[in-house]
Amino acid sequence: MWRRGPRVSILDVTAVLREREAEADIERAVTSVDRQVAVPGDTRVYRRRSGRAVAGVAGGIADHLGIPVLYARVAFTLLAALGGAGVVAYGLLWIFVPQVSSDEPAPEITGRERQQAFGLVALGVGLAIGAGTLAGTVNGWVAGSTSVALVGAALVWREADQGQRRRVRGAVFGGGGRSAVIRVLSGAALVAAGIIIFLISSIGLDQVQFALLAVVAALVGVAVITVPWWLRLVRDLGEERRARIRTEERAEIAAHLHDSVLQTLALIQKQAEAPREVLRLARGQERQLRSWLYGPSGYGRGAADGRAGGGVGTGLAGGSLAEALARAAGEVEDTFAIKVQHVAVGDCELDDKLVAVVMAARESMVNAAKHAGVAEVSVYAEVEPEKVTVFVRDRGKGFDPEAVPDDRHGLADSIRGRMERNGGEITLRTAPGDGTEVQLHMPRAKVTT
Amino acid sequence: MSEKRLVRVFLVDDHSMFRAGVRAELDTLTDDIEVVGEAGTVGEAVAGIGHLRPDVVLLDVHMPDGGGAEVLRQARKAFPEVVFLALSVSDAAEDVIAVIRAGARGYVTKTISSQELVTAVIRVNDGDAVFSPRLAGFVLDAFADRPGAAPISDPELDLLTPRERDVLRLLARGYAYKEIASELFISVKTVETHVSSVLRKTQLSNRYELSRWASDRRLV
Repeated sequence: MWRRGPRVSILDVTAVLREREAEADIERAVTSVDRQVAVPGDTRVYRRRSGRAVAGVAGGIADHLGIPVLYARVAFTLLAALGGAGVVAYGLLWIFVPQVSSDEPAPEITGRERQQAFGLVALGVGLAIGAGTLAGTVNGWVAGSTSVALVGAALVWREADQGQRRRVRGAVFGGGGRSAVIRVLSGAALVAAGIIIFLISSIGLDQVQFALLAVVAALVGVAVITVPWWLRLVRDLGEERRARIRTEERAEIAAHLHDSVLQTLALIQKQAEAPREVLRLARGQERQLRSWLYGPSGYGRGAADGRAGGGVGTGLAGGSLAEALARAAGEVEDTFAIKVQHVAVGDCELDDKLVAVVMAARESMVNAAKHAGVAEVSVYAEVEPEKVTVFVRDRGKGFDPEAVPDDRHGLADSIRGRMERNGGEITLRTAPGDGTEVQLHMPRAKVTT
Repeated sequence: MSEKRLVRVFLVDDHSMFRAGVRAELDTLTDDIEVVGEAGTVGEAVAGIGHLRPDVVLLDVHMPDGGGAEVLRQARKAFPEVVFLALSVSDAAEDVIAVIRAGARGYVTKTISSQELVTAVIRVNDGDAVFSPRLAGFVLDAFADRPGAAPISDPELDLLTPRERDVLRLLARGYAYKEIASELFISVKTVETHVSSVLRKTQLSNRYELSRWASDRRLV
């Protein structure tokens, strides 16, 4: 009676196996990311992930054939009455048909449909047992124990489905928590109970003990023998995950280099006739790449903690003085194609006064870039508990402060005025031919963190 | 110093293009420096330094197999008379401090002008230290007294003198040694002494800010 089912299904099984081989070929070709996404025009059968009563087999077949899921379920139920063929077919399809990707939209299901499905499951199991009992091939004991074992197996398999789904989402092992363990254990207990009931019914009670011992011994033996296999499985999973992470990292780096560095190199080749422009491009690109590699949220910074060496002008939270100065220096570099060497010692949050300092410093850099006639400007900022000092210095032409015409507002308004309005002061050291240094002093607000 | 003797320089960098560039610059720009050899890997570098015994090694920080710090670790004990000047594209604190604490006499970035590079090589060969403005800023920051800092275990090593601070500050402001000397009314020789002293403290101090970067690179 049981034999009939497998004979029908072996064709299905070989077909499915062949399909799996083809699928494996495709999988080797596409990347692990693509693997999760069903290829458009894919004609393979997938088990449903949601909207399922047991394992989504009936739903999957219904989706595949384009018929209402109810028909598929009824078909399985009726087949179950034929010596349990439906149950066996369902089980084999469960094993061999993959679950649909989790990215697929979930079909909508109504409560009524769900009730119907569970009713049909119960009916199918009942029919299988009832028909068997009526035909006299199985007695009540066998039927009862078989159904208990089937329910147990279904529980464990469902949990395995869940575990696989979780693994796909990233964790190496299912990690379904306590409830998952309980479900698996109770499923295993049900299977064991079914087998025991079956044994008790067919052999004497005194033999049951021996049989149980034999079963336990066999299970332990299988577990021990398969240890290497389990270990390999675990290792392969870890390996695959690491490889995937590496691939993703490489892709990220490649994407970044392509977006920034290669584009800039292309631009530089086009601008080869204009050395100034080339210099500007190269500087800008260098700064961008540096901040990507070493900056506060940078790629190479990784998990490095917050209070890094502020002296190097990196690290630290957004809106700090060092960052604002670095930005200003970058803008001046970009605009005037000069090099601005900026160093900050200590750091603090920006407030209104310090914004004024940064603006004044920026104006000083611009002045140096425009008038000093040098390729490099040095900016140095020091944050002390009671004051902030910024030096902007160049080794350029210098000028005579007395000789500056009154209509030149840059230094007077943008720098001196801005600083004095905010309670700071400015010292200017310059002489013709001797470079220029603008020193900006600003007392810090009382409330310090 | 001796007028006639050439400074024999050994180049270590895994980019052959960069080595060729530096060699060409040093050859054309000055007659005081002679490039005696170059190496592209840590192993080649250690072997080459042992064989040629150069005066100054120009050392790239980022290389496969441990980088400049590894070369320093292997070569410095065996050849204490060889001086190392670290040369890198990176200004990141962990790189700078790691090679300085591994024994480099100075640190400059690869964007430095050729003339400055020549000066730096001659300076470290004379036994002085070379600090880029960034490095000076970082060392100032690392030695700063901020509330909540770890207690000072060795004041001799863990604190800077006010004069050393002044010198570092001016270095960070982009001043050359000569300019620092005239600014502070001291001789260039005194500036050099201060900088060397700061270098020694940077290498030996157990201050958290310094040892942390080095231990990140597993140097201490």
